[in-house]
Amino acid sequence: MITFVVFLPLVGFIYCAFLGKLFGDRNSQLVTNILLFVSAILSWIIFLRYLGPTETSTLQILNWMMSGTFSADWSLRVDALTATMLIVVTTVSACVHLYSIGYMNKDKSISRFMGYLSLFTFFMLMLVTSDNLLQMFFGWEGVGLTSYLLIGFWHHKESANKAAIKAFIVNRVGDFGFILGIAGIFFIFGSVQFDIIFDTASNYKDHTFSFLSFNLSTINTLCFLLFLGAMGKSAQLGLHTWLPDAMEGPTPVSALIHAATMVTAGVFMVARMSPLFEYAQFTNLFITFIGATTAIITASIALTQNDIKKVIAYSTCSQLGYMFFAAGLGAYNASIFHLTTHGFFKALLFLSAGSVIHAMHHEQDMRKMGGLFSKIPFTGTMMWIGSLAIIGFPYFSGYYSKESILENAYFASSNMGLYAYTVGIITALLTAFYSWRLLFMTFHGTTRASNDTFHKAHESPKVMTVPLVFLSVGSIFSGIFLSDYFIGSKENDFWFVSLILSHNDHHLPFLQTLIIKLSVALGVLSAALVYFYRKELANSLAQNLSPLHSLSFNKWYVDELYNNIFTKSFFYLSSLFWKRGDVRLIDEYGPNGVSRLINISSKFLSLVQSGYLYHYAFVMLGGLVIILTWFFYY
Amino acid sequence: MFDWPIVSVTIFLPLLGSLIILFIKDEETSSSNVKWAALFTSSGTFILSCLIWFLFDPSIGTYQLSEKHKWFDDFNFNYHVGVDGISLFMILLSTFLTPFCILASWRSITKKIKEYMIAFLLLETFLVGMFSSIDMLLFYVFFEAVLIPMFLIIGIWGGERRIYASFKFFLYTLLGSVLMLIAIIVMYQITGSMNVAELQGNFFPKNVQIYLWLAFFASFAVKIPMWPFHTWLPDAHVEAPTAGSVILAGVLLKMGAYGFIRFSIGMFPEASEFFLPLIFSLSVIAIIYTSLVAFAQTDMKKLIAYSSVAHMGIVTIGIFVLNQQGMEGAMMQIISHGIVSAALFLCVGIIYDRMHTRKINFYGGLVNRMPKYAVVFMIFMLASIGLPGTSGFIGEFLTILGAFKHNTFLAFFATTGIILSAAYMLYLYKRVIFGLQTNEKLNDILDLDLREMIIMIPLIIVVIIIGIFPNIFLEPMRLPIETIINNYEIVNGK
Repeated sequence: MITFVVFLPLVGFIYCAFLGKLFGDRNSQLVTNILLFVSAILSWIIFLRYLGPTETSTLQILNWMMSGTFSADWSLRVDALTATMLIVVTTVSACVHLYSIGYMNKDKSISRFMGYLSLFTFFMLMLVTSDNLLQMFFGWEGVGLTSYLLIGFWHHKESANKAAIKAFIVNRVGDFGFILGIAGIFFIFGSVQFDIIFDTASNYKDHTFSFLSFNLSTINTLCFLLFLGAMGKSAQLGLHTWLPDAMEGPTPVSALIHAATMVTAGVFMVARMSPLFEYAQFTNLFITFIGATTAIITASIALTQNDIKKVIAYSTCSQLGYMFFAAGLGAYNASIFHLTTHGFFKALLFLSAGSVIHAMHHEQDMRKMGGLFSKIPFTGTMMWIGSLAIIGFPYFSGYYSKESILENAYFASSNMGLYAYTVGIITALLTAFYSWRLLFMTFHGTTRASNDTFHKAHESPKVMTVPLVFLSVGSIFSGIFLSDYFIGSKENDFWFVSLILSHNDHHLPFLQTLIIKLSVALGVLSAALVYFYRKELANSLAQNLSPLHSLSFNKWYVDELYNNIFTKSFFYLSSLFWKRGDVRLIDEYGPNGVSRLINISSKFLSLVQSGYLYHYAFVMLGGLVIILTWFFYY
Repeated sequence: MFDWPIVSVTIFLPLLGSLIILFIKDEETSSSNVKWAALFTSSGTFILSCLIWFLFDPSIGTYQLSEKHKWFDDFNFNYHVGVDGISLFMILLSTFLTPFCILASWRSITKKIKEYMIAFLLLETFLVGMFSSIDMLLFYVFFEAVLIPMFLIIGIWGGERRIYASFKFFLYTLLGSVLMLIAIIVMYQITGSMNVAELQGNFFPKNVQIYLWLAFFASFAVKIPMWPFHTWLPDAHVEAPTAGSVILAGVLLKMGAYGFIRFSIGMFPEASEFFLPLIFSLSVIAIIYTSLVAFAQTDMKKLIAYSSVAHMGIVTIGIFVLNQQGMEGAMMQIISHGIVSAALFLCVGIIYDRMHTRKINFYGGLVNRMPKYAVVFMIFMLASIGLPGTSGFIGEFLTILGAFKHNTFLAFFATTGIILSAAYMLYLYKRVIFGLQTNEKLNDILDLDLREMIIMIPLIIVVIIIGIFPNIFLEPMRLPIETIINNYEIVNGK
């Protein structure tokens, strides 16, 4: 069954690649959708089987690579963690496939688009079902590739091409760490197979190695390298700059790849490797710190962005930050729980935003929206549901997962835990603020759109609204249904052997839950105040807090910083090495120099051969004198 | 089990073909008989070499299918050929690429077609002969003979600055070769043997080894090429006709790597140990330096030529970390780069044939006019940056594994290549293929035709097969590499 789940999307891609042109776009849409829905249904069946305690099952396909003692297989491994990822990936992917029929209706290359989406899903499934690090890397790079292709899908746009390259290269910086991590793990453990690594991880608890005369803890270093990969893929602070730019891609892509699935691969990887990360105390502190800091900084950027997709993109970074600090604190189950609920509500938010953009004829600037609720009430409702879920409104899905993360931070009883907890609460406030800012600017108040656009605004077709319904069901109910299994009384049975559980049985004291709820309410109310009741406040606030505002508006100037430090020096060095190094130095003193030297010396030597007999006679005489002198003296 | 000399037949079939071509009467302009004859000969050679692969027994670690005949009566020189798991793939690579070279020249070569085809078939004979030689003198003869047709191909059918390029190429490579010949003579005087297989071990005192190693290094480092002996390569590539670049990047560069494995490490293990730091620093410089230089290029062929130098840096690291993963990785990288860089040069050749320029900024937005071409180019670009699932990944990854075993610091630098290669290749692809088409001259550019698809599709299939089932290739080379590494470790007391 798992074979079908994984390979049906690949079949869809192959169909689109080879037969898509022949049978037309309509058939491509049909084929990929049917395959994806079958895949999604099958993965739900698998997931239900894993609700109780179930052994890991591994299906070996064949050996991929064998070199000396190194060996890696192509195989499909399923346990509770994989099953969870399976449902998130295939469900969201199926919804996005369906939605794309409507959204990409007028595009010129529909087959190509559907093919890429299916290919992405295949790589993602390979990633989550792998039983060794190498196959995971295969999926990891594969999703990176499809992300690159889909960001640059509209390849006539210069900005899209730039964003695509940026995404790929920033991810490669992370992969640099990942691949070294894999090599290191093979070096230490002698295998890249998960089971072998996990079984022997405890033996290397205090193992150290020396690097440039420093003594480093092996497991900490390896986990740090792996986490570098995760930072790239999951857009954590430092390597986050590609994600907002990735919004150049079509909106269904943003929903699938840059919100619900691919960007969570980093979190998944850390959770998958939890038996190893468990021993990496220092790296865990680092993960917590990076996660929490990312959460608050990107949330602060989201406060002032005007592009509807950028707001949601920064919000994604920020929510990923939550997942990472949970993972860093050892609450892997809370982290994966948030990953799951986030998958649903973030995909919902993005697809709703897509519906807004569709209605507004590709307008993404929220300053030119407003009052749209009367025109597109269904989309508006969906956006409300998504926003309620993301701020953690009671009984919506985000409520359970976010509270569980904060709970774990509160009870971590360490300084880093306290930092994460504080930041988590502030970020919750900011999240509420920017979510409601988005709602008010888009749907409520009087419109700022031109009369024409506003009147032409229309509700999206059925193929686009039905997926929204699916996702909204997930956004509302996934928390209630899954909390027992993921973080509640049945967690041991559910996760079984697939995750290391922290066993936190406490519950937040009433006062703390009240603080969380109040801060969320404060966020919503202040957004309402600024963007609904007293609109002139927005401008005066921006002016009064102008340094803070411009810091947030300009994304903390990280792009400018990187541009000046890395990109410019890269260009400078490359022309320096070429013009000075190769042309001026090596060629000038190498081959050209040698041939010049030969030329000069041969000219000099040719002088000697003058052709005059008396010259030669004179030289002979001179030689004779020297030889005789030498002869007489010795 | 097999009583006719298959290796010799494979070596000399192209020579026979070129002799026949010599006597074919053909019109000066089209020369289709000559072309077909050359294509048939080279395809036949490829089929023969596949037969060698089929007959090859991977459970035997030494030379197989060997033939030995006395060459000189008074000296211990022999015509001695055979294959082992290392040379097998070198031979296959040469015979696999030659038919594509001939196909790629089908229309782009318009003058002296007969001579051109003869040069390519001779080149094939010399290459196969060199990779299958077990006698050192024979190896040397073939090794040097390879230069002649290549020199002619660049010098006669090349671009504007072809004379400069061919002389640079010739001078660089000849300088190395002279030293190598002296080394071979010295070795014969010490041991009285020219047998490559017998000399694997540690037959020379350490101080002699160091001189011999340096002499061989001079030759191989230029061929591969290592930094700073690489500057002949971009010029040679830019001026050579497309097929010349294909065979140059695909096979000729690998002669150096092959030499390092067979001679430097196999015969001078102590000296190799001594020179490891030199090799590693040059390789790391090559990876970082030439990747950066590649990024600044404005000529497509030059860009790919520089990227070859960087990829060869990975190969030399893989060879000299001297463990199973590293050397197998280097071999996989050799095979993969042979196919991928050849394919990339073919891709450049395709648009060069149409527009007669290789300037990157002339192009842009080609995807609108040439969708098939865009897909093909994309696949080879991805293979070049080592995406898992393509051939490029296997070599790079195994090399990094091997490097990590040897030295973490080295692995760290070797891995920077994956970021840099992505940067310059994606940047190239974006400028040529994506974007809006602004140059009006590109309005009528045609997509790939049947002949070009016939060239590209087998290459794509091979790239993906290597990426997904690398074991087919890793298995035959396992034992010979194990032998070399064991010898090295025993000699150096590890």
